[in-house]
Amino acid sequence: MKRAMILSDIDNVATLLDDIKKGEMAVLLNAEKEETGQITVLDDIRRGHKTAIRDIASGERILKYGQVIGGASKNIRVGELVHTHNLESLRGRGDKA
Amino acid sequence: MKLKMYARPNGTYGVRNRIAVIPTVACANHVAEQIAAAVENADAYCHPYGCDQLGRDLDLSFNCLKAMGTHPNNGAVLVLGLGCEEILPHDLYDAIKAEQPMTELLVMQEYGGSTASIERGIEICRAFEKELAKQERVDADLSNLTVGLECGGSDFSSGIASNPSLGEFTAKLCAAGGKAVFGETTELMGAEEILRGHAATPEVFDFIDQRIKAVEQVALDMHVDLRGTQPSPGNIEGGLSTIEEKSLGGVMKIGQEKIVDAIPFGAKATKPGVTYVDTPGNDLACSLGIACAGAQIIIFTTGRGTPMGFASSPVYKVTANAFIAGIMAENFDLDLSEIIEGDMTIRQGGEKLWKDILAVAEGKETVAERLGHREFSLYRVSPILT
Repeated sequence: MKRAMILSDIDNVATLLDDIKKGEMAVLLNAEKEETGQITVLDDIRRGHKTAIRDIASGERILKYGQVIGGASKNIRVGELVHTHNLESLRGRGDKA
Repeated sequence: MKLKMYARPNGTYGVRNRIAVIPTVACANHVAEQIAAAVENADAYCHPYGCDQLGRDLDLSFNCLKAMGTHPNNGAVLVLGLGCEEILPHDLYDAIKAEQPMTELLVMQEYGGSTASIERGIEICRAFEKELAKQERVDADLSNLTVGLECGGSDFSSGIASNPSLGEFTAKLCAAGGKAVFGETTELMGAEEILRGHAATPEVFDFIDQRIKAVEQVALDMHVDLRGTQPSPGNIEGGLSTIEEKSLGGVMKIGQEKIVDAIPFGAKATKPGVTYVDTPGNDLACSLGIACAGAQIIIFTTGRGTPMGFASSPVYKVTANAFIAGIMAENFDLDLSEIIEGDMTIRQGGEKLWKDILAVAEGKETVAERLGHREFSLYRVSPILT
């Protein structure tokens, strides 16, 4: 079974620990590697990359390690890949200054 | 706890007994390289500067070279000057000699051309070698050990496995009375709330916070998105989407420890426990900053795989990425990928690190040392004016 790790209870993303194909299911693990649920992914996702474990609205904060890692630049559905195309940094944005 | 280390005249203890060949200007680099190449225990501290420098930039270069000359891992020093540079060879020699009696000076414009200088430098270093061979390790308290905590070429595995393991190591080091130093200011951006919780005093947090803001301001002033470099293309390929995500993984290196002090680049860490040093994220510049702070060993976690060592201090390489642990196997001292792939725990990862680093302190060679990775550079804080 493919694995995805959630590092904090309040996170809205999980990190895939294995490569996974669109439509496949992954078991969700907490930081202690205990099973907490399952998720079906909507994109091909490489190990180390993230998937949404809740629906995230554009502009909403994205949380990993229980901390803000950026903001959603688009609406993101559960199971979608979360990366630079839909997650933007809120820091060092001279391009927006 | 006691460790076997080399006692230095200035009261510090080294985990190695090396000879530093320190050029005061880039013009002396080739001669320094040739000297070091001919002497087994010698390292050339080559850098592109020493000339066309002014003010605090010149002072920082001078102080960093002095810190390398007086670094506890060096038992002898050859200061190698050309003779017309701004980093004055005689001044650097005097500054190092005051703490390290086994220091010699060779200035090419006073002594001779490249060939004669190389021959003379080799002679000096071979004489050093004979003296150093007579020195033996002595029992020293572990409180004399400073370990640098660094990460580079980070990916998802850094924040999940290797940095948390390093955090466990840091807890053991601090409990035993040792010092840990970390830097990489750019890669703390977004981890401020964590750092606020770790800071022993409001002053420590304010210093770190101001340094992060100063780096962020550079990106704002340049009207660029920091994401062009932080995270780097390799970090992004490895699953890290933003600087905040990279920083939150990186800060795990300090574990649950308090940050007892915050110091500028070039300064020495003086308090037991974890000290923040204001360094860039750039691996080589960070290594210089934490070595100047006194680190005799640098533990370097990486997910993408980076081979870099450092001239003054053994660099110990750790990865938790099974893929790169296979491809670049010879470049790692410790593979923690079983934390992600198997049953290894973070605590076990920290214990493995602890045992191995104590061995490195007593002489066990790291793979970076064995492969000849002894990189060095200076770090500039102002543009070239001439």
